[in-house]
Amino acid sequence: MTRKQKRLAMIGAIGLVLAVATGLILVALQDQIMFFRSPTEVAQGKVKPGEAFRLGGLVETGSVVKEPNQIVRFVVTDGANTVRVTHQGILPDLFREGQGVVTEGKLEPGGVFNASTVLARHDENYMPREVADSLKQQGHWKDGKGENKGAKP
Amino acid sequence: MIVELGHFALILGFAVALFQATIPLWGAIRGDAVLARLGAQAALVHFALLALAFAALTHAYLVSDFSVLNVFQNSHSLKPLIYKWSGVWGNHEGSMLLWVLILALFGAGVAVFSKRLPDDMLGATLGVQGLIASAFCAFLIFASNPFLRMPNPPIEGRDLNPVLQDPGLAIHPPLLYLGYVGFSIVFSFAAAALVLGRVDAAFARMIRPWTLAAWITLTLGIAMGSYWAYYELGWGGYWFWDPVENASLMPWLTGTALLHSAIVLEKREALKTWTILLAVVTFSLSLLGTFLVRSGVLTSVHAFAVDPERGLFILLILIAFIGGSFALFAARASALQGGGLFAPISREGALVFNNLFLSVASLAVFVGTLYPLLLEALTGAKISVGPPFFNLTAVPLMVPLFLAIPFGQKLAWKRGDLLGAGQRLWTCMALGVAGAAISAYAAGGGPVLALAGIGLGIFLVLGALDDLLDRALRGGIGMIGARLRAIPQSITAMALAHAGAGLMVIGISATAFETEKIAAMKPGETMALDGYTLRLEGIGPVTGPNYNAIAAEFSLRDAAGTELARLRPAKRVYIGRQMPTSEVGRYRHGLSEIYLAIGETSDGQHVDLRAYHKPYVLLIWLGPLLMSIGGILSLFDRRLRIGVPARRARLRPEPAE
Repeated sequence: MTRKQKRLAMIGAIGLVLAVATGLILVALQDQIMFFRSPTEVAQGKVKPGEAFRLGGLVETGSVVKEPNQIVRFVVTDGANTVRVTHQGILPDLFREGQGVVTEGKLEPGGVFNASTVLARHDENYMPREVADSLKQQGHWKDGKGENKGAKP
Repeated sequence: MIVELGHFALILGFAVALFQATIPLWGAIRGDAVLARLGAQAALVHFALLALAFAALTHAYLVSDFSVLNVFQNSHSLKPLIYKWSGVWGNHEGSMLLWVLILALFGAGVAVFSKRLPDDMLGATLGVQGLIASAFCAFLIFASNPFLRMPNPPIEGRDLNPVLQDPGLAIHPPLLYLGYVGFSIVFSFAAAALVLGRVDAAFARMIRPWTLAAWITLTLGIAMGSYWAYYELGWGGYWFWDPVENASLMPWLTGTALLHSAIVLEKREALKTWTILLAVVTFSLSLLGTFLVRSGVLTSVHAFAVDPERGLFILLILIAFIGGSFALFAARASALQGGGLFAPISREGALVFNNLFLSVASLAVFVGTLYPLLLEALTGAKISVGPPFFNLTAVPLMVPLFLAIPFGQKLAWKRGDLLGAGQRLWTCMALGVAGAAISAYAAGGGPVLALAGIGLGIFLVLGALDDLLDRALRGGIGMIGARLRAIPQSITAMALAHAGAGLMVIGISATAFETEKIAAMKPGETMALDGYTLRLEGIGPVTGPNYNAIAAEFSLRDAAGTELARLRPAKRVYIGRQMPTSEVGRYRHGLSEIYLAIGETSDGQHVDLRAYHKPYVLLIWLGPLLMSIGGILSLFDRRLRIGVPARRARLRPEPAE
């Protein structure tokens, strides 16, 4: 191979790998991402049937029901609308009534959200940002709620 | 008093950093050896001052001085001593102080070994390091000062986030930071080389130990964090493609690429601009990681504080350094002489292959991590890019790389013989396929991809070790001992590191064969788990130093009925924050584990149990450990330390004061 051919072969190979990678990334961005929806958006019918998405809001106080076989039912609310959720499994440590929660799953035909995952939170003051934003939109967010109680300089 | 001393030392350290950022750099550019050499003294003094500041904050934590706001918010007098130590960096301000301390440590390291460096290189490198240190010292002092006092000191602190109260946390952040920030010195070397217009084999030899040191600690830090998540978060997962994990993975991928491209630069004087670019990109990704973690734009276990002002400050530093370095790169890179082309089938060709795939994989992680932020900023739509995205992009991009490693190891410089290299590797490949078949038989089938992964891992391990075997056998049977001793340490290091990658692939693939069982159990009830039997012996309260817990005691028996262990998974509630955490029960056999986590025990009669049998799970972390051991061996290879030519052509050496 001449010098020029070598250079072309090299550039061609690099271009090929980059093209494959770009293709993979674009395909994955089409199919593998999940939208975050609030109960209001669900009520407005923004969710396509069968679409997997993240549902976030507050766990409605008094709504948690535990059934045999580790099935849990609860209601997620953003103040304006609610969605019933069912989940099989052990709930994360910081799952509590009246607290923020993010779940992942699909809406079933009856309008019940079947959550495959209930996301764990790591801090008792921590409010998932998506939940905080959607609560703000509904006017149910009091600034400073999730803030540190300590004095700020 | 001690706290004020620390505060003062930090401010003084800032002043010294400003000096270090200007005078030695100016001296290097002007060719004034005395001024350039001043960088070494400045770096040492800067490090001493930062160490003093860090010691003062540590002292405040150890004596539980709650008049310091930072200590009040993150400590508790009943906290065990080790967590008072680790609490220093278990929060935003303290961790940033550690960040700057490590920055200073690497600058001081270069200063200590400065005799080997040309004067102008030393001055310019430490000057750039001083610029970074100045920016972050300013950030500490003006936007996140750990030394602020409170007017009315409370009696008790608010305690450290309980999930962070674990021995794993005591070492995870310092290791990770050593890696992340360690690349700063490589960046400084690269910027200095651009300013001075000298990129050659000597440059590659200069950055080699620093790149290796940063890479080793980053590898260990990521592995440690993954192991910590596995046993502390109680879901048995080891990697979540969480944006913050990705933030550490990106510099690791490009740093690994840099490690390999620097070898080509050293041996063949090729890939000059590419190596410089990788050094710049790697530290830029480290800065990006710091920004993502510390600005609160992401929601994650690692995000301590959501404070827009701090985010903006770090963003400005990020833009200044990334923008500045790329501008410098664009202006000066064309002045570097290219090293010429080489044959695709050769050691250097294989290393280019490695670089290509590592960079592209890093790009995929980059897109997946930043796309949600970009989309939200542009359209307001909130999306999450989770494991499926990365499994479809980054993972397939790593497979050709892993397949190529054993071949690359066998190829000679300049012109390699792929068929010759392949001959021995056919055996390794056949053994890999056999290993996959045996796994399929033992597990009674299994996902094809996981089996292929196990085969790939076995091929990698055998292919890496075969290189050593091949070298040992070349002199005939009688010579094995002598030949083994004659193998250069860096060759052994490479084989071990690549074998480590193989072990990790096996461990990750084996997770497809784990068994998970969930059940509500009463005392006396049993559960069968892959030939083992678990029996709930009792449920009871446990009191710890700063927490109360409900623990369940399980006995674990094997198929013959012999009791192997008592496991006590628990739910803890920490007194300071009234926050519950899980404590898992684990039993190790060989490289596999039985893993128990319990859920609610509200009525005191039942306990929700989640039990796993995880075959070969420990390989996931033993692999990276072996990789780091390889790195350490390579770092201490005598051949690469002795005989580094001292280049003093341009400047006349002056005795350091």
